[in-house]
Amino acid sequence: MICEKTRLALQKLFPTPEPQEAPIEDAGEEKDKKVPQEPRNNGLVERDYAVHGYHLDAQVSPDQLLEAVTIVDEAEFFIESITGVDWIKDGQLEVIYDFSRYDFDLCRVVIRTRVDRNHPVVPTITGIYAGANWHERETHEFFGIKFTGHPHLVPLLLPEDADFHPLLKDFKA
Amino acid sequence: MSLTLLNVIVAVVIAIAFAALNAAYLVWAERRGAARIQRRPGPNINGPFGLLQPPLDGIKLMAKQLTIPGGADKVLFIAAPVLAMFPAIMSFVTIPFSESIVAKNMNVGVLMIFAFASTGSMALVFAGWSSRNKYAMMSSVRAVSQAVAYEIPMLITTITVVMIAGSTDLMEIVRQQSGSILHWNIFPVLGNSHNLLMPMSFLIFFTCTLAETNRAPFDLGEAESELVAGFHTEYGSMGFGLFFMGEYANIVIGSCMTTILFLGGWNAPLPFLGFIPGIFWFLLKLYLLIATFIWIRWTFPRTTIYGLLNLSWKILIPLSLFNLLFTAGLIKVF
Amino acid sequence: MNSPIKLQPDETFILNVGPQHPATHGVLRVKMEMNGEYIVNAETVIGYIHRMHEKMGEVKTYPQFLMNLSRMDYLGALGYSHGHVLLIEKASGIEVPERAEYIRAIMVELNRVASHLFWFGAFVMDLGGFSPLMYALQDREYILDMLEAVTGSRLTYCYFRFGGLYNDIDDDFISAARRFIPRMRKSLKKYHKLVTGNIIFHKRLEGIAPLSQEMCRKYGASSAVARGSGINFDVRKNEPYSVYPEFDFDIPVFHECDSLARYKVRMEEIEQSLRIIEQGLDKLPDGPIMPEKKPKLIKPPPGDYYQAVETARGSFGIRLVSDGGKTPYRLKLRSPTYSNMHLFDESCRGMMIMDALAFMGSLDLVIPEIDR
Repeated sequence: MICEKTRLALQKLFPTPEPQEAPIEDAGEEKDKKVPQEPRNNGLVERDYAVHGYHLDAQVSPDQLLEAVTIVDEAEFFIESITGVDWIKDGQLEVIYDFSRYDFDLCRVVIRTRVDRNHPVVPTITGIYAGANWHERETHEFFGIKFTGHPHLVPLLLPEDADFHPLLKDFKA
Repeated sequence: MSLTLLNVIVAVVIAIAFAALNAAYLVWAERRGAARIQRRPGPNINGPFGLLQPPLDGIKLMAKQLTIPGGADKVLFIAAPVLAMFPAIMSFVTIPFSESIVAKNMNVGVLMIFAFASTGSMALVFAGWSSRNKYAMMSSVRAVSQAVAYEIPMLITTITVVMIAGSTDLMEIVRQQSGSILHWNIFPVLGNSHNLLMPMSFLIFFTCTLAETNRAPFDLGEAESELVAGFHTEYGSMGFGLFFMGEYANIVIGSCMTTILFLGGWNAPLPFLGFIPGIFWFLLKLYLLIATFIWIRWTFPRTTIYGLLNLSWKILIPLSLFNLLFTAGLIKVF
Repeated sequence: MNSPIKLQPDETFILNVGPQHPATHGVLRVKMEMNGEYIVNAETVIGYIHRMHEKMGEVKTYPQFLMNLSRMDYLGALGYSHGHVLLIEKASGIEVPERAEYIRAIMVELNRVASHLFWFGAFVMDLGGFSPLMYALQDREYILDMLEAVTGSRLTYCYFRFGGLYNDIDDDFISAARRFIPRMRKSLKKYHKLVTGNIIFHKRLEGIAPLSQEMCRKYGASSAVARGSGINFDVRKNEPYSVYPEFDFDIPVFHECDSLARYKVRMEEIEQSLRIIEQGLDKLPDGPIMPEKKPKLIKPPPGDYYQAVETARGSFGIRLVSDGGKTPYRLKLRSPTYSNMHLFDESCRGMMIMDALAFMGSLDLVIPEIDR
């Protein structure tokens, strides 16, 4: 099972494996009412595929990102997309990387990283996945996240001179 | 003397009228033909069967302003469409439509037509270069390489026919094919040569005509999915109209030449059909060929520029050269 | 495919293909640095029809956003709606009646055939053959008529609802669909005779723009782009959703990696979609098309949800980040052609412009879907 292999490989990124976070998360019926208050700690969580649509969910720190993506790349995952989420209440921006597989060994891996909202800097993964180029440009223009080392970080979908970031929650048109 | 001059002038006017009329109505025929192939009605509103469409299109085009792009070479830009139309019309002067219907027969008719045909590609070069448009420029570069590549096999094939006939006089070439379908140069079983490679010559010549007239599948000069509209990208109004008419006039000339060189000109296919006037047979063959042009255009996708050049330099030219030598040998032996 | 000649900047020229160009099928622009007919470098410029569906997703409630999905890809709209409804149903635990699932699959496949037909015509037109487009549109017309009768629209459907469908299909639709299948098979045979067997067509596509599997993976290519490169990847099989496991169909895979392989994949896919429609009509169960109990207000529990579906253009992914509110906290639309188009810049280097545009045609681009 590639999922298990990848899980073990990714687990090595986190110095103290927390056994209480590893078990499969339940469907979340009782959690419905309460909105998660605290941002999640970095770590690896196995998700219920039937509910969430992906298997592995790894939250890494920005400087671990390249390492995590390299693990995924070596396991021959393909890149689905990169996107951001603005957690304005936590003062953080989240970058989400989706990976999936071409073969029938179904495994979807989500790698996420959180950065400070006022200083959003994430290393680029274009060196590993060339196809991340556009996705990172898109995330850059929508959220203002800077991908250091990106070869051509200019607006892609927005006008060339756009200096606003429309998907930030405090964006007013 | 003056009477001959008058004759020539009248004949030239008729030739121009014939060319213009043909060009206009071939557009209609092409659109109707395309529509038929594509299972749609085509132009059918203006006049019976949409027959008034070409004059109305002409009026519309003439009513439009001729815009000249900034930075264009004005003289060449305006001269190019005229140059596209002019040689095509002039070539009609020497085409014999029947034993008696010919504006001015010349003993170097073949040469004259090829001389005019070669100037046709100059128009494309002028148009492409003077428009100051990269697509037009690329198109004209293509047009030149295409013209060079396809004039060679075309001329070699023509020389083969000229060698068989022993004359560059178009009427003489046709007269030698009289008799029946078996005397025609396309399959000269009973003719003055017994060259069994002639059907191949015909195909080479026909292919070259398609390429020389920039028709699909060799319409790389105006490949609309790559070069927008090719050399006439920047042309509107009657400038565009003249290019269009020039293209169709060239098709008529090309088909006329094919008819004369290979299909026996005005000769009836069977001797007992000789009572029907020659002009009928000539026009029948002519329009059948044109219909083939239209049919091919709406059936095939476009070739590539390298495919086109490879076809000429690697296949057509060696084949036609071989055919030339073979024919020369035959003439020497028999 | 890199050009062996190194050129000085003043030896090349920039050709601006688009945003209005016959080969780009919409407002796509490619800045090509050319050396004569050869492309030295290309930079794709997108975003001319960007409408920010993702922001709209954040301000509209879930049902309000339903119609946005079909505005993404105007040729294969139902596939995108399918992904959306599946995601919301999964997130908020809505049960879908079996009949609705079957009808959805039939509709999506019909839409896929329609989309592929349009692509087929447009692709051959890119190569200079105009007539097949007309034939393809005529066949497509039948599908659009059928879909119109049921869904009420011809292009931008809003047919799926959370939990089911807007309208049940009737006997007219079923008999029309049954008549359509043999008709389409006959047409396919004709297309193969007219186009696939054509030597010019073959010469223009064979060996053009080979895409390695590694490259597909690095760029996240899907649909015929991946399958033409020998990757057996189809979300309907790899990650079965809806009722697709019930159907017996094949994923066409070709290993030539060239534009012709991509063409063959799509043509074969039409046949496979017809098989699915046929089986769907045979197996179609009776029953309701909407669930009996359905939450009045759709509010998925907080969390992060992902759903991938195979649309006509490839693997479409939709990610929902919910905070439990009436509107999504974040809705990410992963469009398949976005990744497929991204390949173009790198792989068209060193190609001739006409080959590059043929390659672009083989990617099956729908620009609003790239720009979202």
